[in-house]
Amino acid sequence: MPSLKYLRVRINSVKATQKITSAMKMVAASKLRRAQEQAEAARPYAQRMDRMVSSIAQTVAENENAPTLLRGTASDETHLLVIATSDRGLCGGFNASIVRAVRARISELEADKKTVKLFIIGRKGRDQLRREFGTQFVETRDGPGSSGPRYADAVAIAHTLITLFDSKEFDVCSVVYNEFKTAMTQVVTFQQLIPFAQRIGDQIDLDGAIYEFEPDEDAILDKLLPQNIGVQIYHAFLENGASEQGARMMAMDNATRNAGDMIDKLTLTYNRTRQAMITKELIEIVSGAEAL
Amino acid sequence: MADKVEFELVSPERLLVSEGADMVVVPGEEGDFGVLPGHALFLSGVRPGTIEVYNGETISDRIFVAGGFAEVTGERCTVLAEEAVNLAEVERVSVEARISDNEQAISVANPDEDVTEYENDLRIGRALLEALDAQ
Repeated sequence: MPSLKYLRVRINSVKATQKITSAMKMVAASKLRRAQEQAEAARPYAQRMDRMVSSIAQTVAENENAPTLLRGTASDETHLLVIATSDRGLCGGFNASIVRAVRARISELEADKKTVKLFIIGRKGRDQLRREFGTQFVETRDGPGSSGPRYADAVAIAHTLITLFDSKEFDVCSVVYNEFKTAMTQVVTFQQLIPFAQRIGDQIDLDGAIYEFEPDEDAILDKLLPQNIGVQIYHAFLENGASEQGARMMAMDNATRNAGDMIDKLTLTYNRTRQAMITKELIEIVSGAEAL
Repeated sequence: MADKVEFELVSPERLLVSEGADMVVVPGEEGDFGVLPGHALFLSGVRPGTIEVYNGETISDRIFVAGGFAEVTGERCTVLAEEAVNLAEVERVSVEARISDNEQAISVANPDEDVTEYENDLRIGRALLEALDAQ
């Protein structure tokens, strides 16, 4: 039987934990709202960018001189996975689910005799994948800071990717992130960045009309494609940001509830123990008096 | 045919402007071009400069863009801008500060340091100042 003092200390410590988790839940909820707003605000640009690239891609697709960013290197030997995770933990299965999906993907690709390289964003992903795949890391970066993802960061990453691509470090590149559905569900998503992949169902009917380009297709494409990669990465960041806060909110909600249950249980034990002690003392007094 | 063009200006962070206009003049890579309703399908790069939105005979808005792309269809003119500010809200002092900051950054940079970022920003700053002066 634990002592009363031990139980009292235990109850107080669980209460303190509960306060922290419920505060974290509320913080996550308000951050989630901001992240969602940010994601929604960025959607028009991504959509229109996608529409532009798709419409050019349709006109240029048959062209043999199309840039390799659009066409690919005609091989798919080396895959680069850009893995977006978070810097902080305590967000339920958020990072674990990405890592699990990546692990499955890597073994799938390696079974096909492909080489896999990893570009990791976020401290958690780095820590969890380092032991197994540390030798395949191309680069690691910290995730977006507390101010939320910035477009400039995404562009910097896109720039690095293109430099790597130009130096023939990889043939195919995709980004892995958690797509935000609701606060409760996030779906691990693989989005191909290089070569450009049209999103399914996004075929645009141009009615046979042909765009005029100024200066010309190639010059625009040369600028548009890198920009598009930046936008896609930014999109992944925003989705990830909202997902992370959603996952954290749910995790902290559960933790707060569990702490509540635990406090109830401990309080019950505490009261029982206290009563048992009182009873015991009474019995001792009574039997002591009877013995006289 | 619609008698107005749907003008949309979007930055990576958000949708900035979405309104009807009689004519939009965009600083294209190979010179300014005006967009009227019923324009042919057209895609162009955008250089740093001022977008002028006409309603009636007068310019209702002047917006500075730091470059990007413009897509024109019969009904729409969409500009994807990397950075955009309404010229009415720009303060000259901050633009001048931006230019001198960048000039300083370039002058103190090591020879092997990559200064393209500063140079780009400097170019944008100068174009912005020019746009302010032209107003």
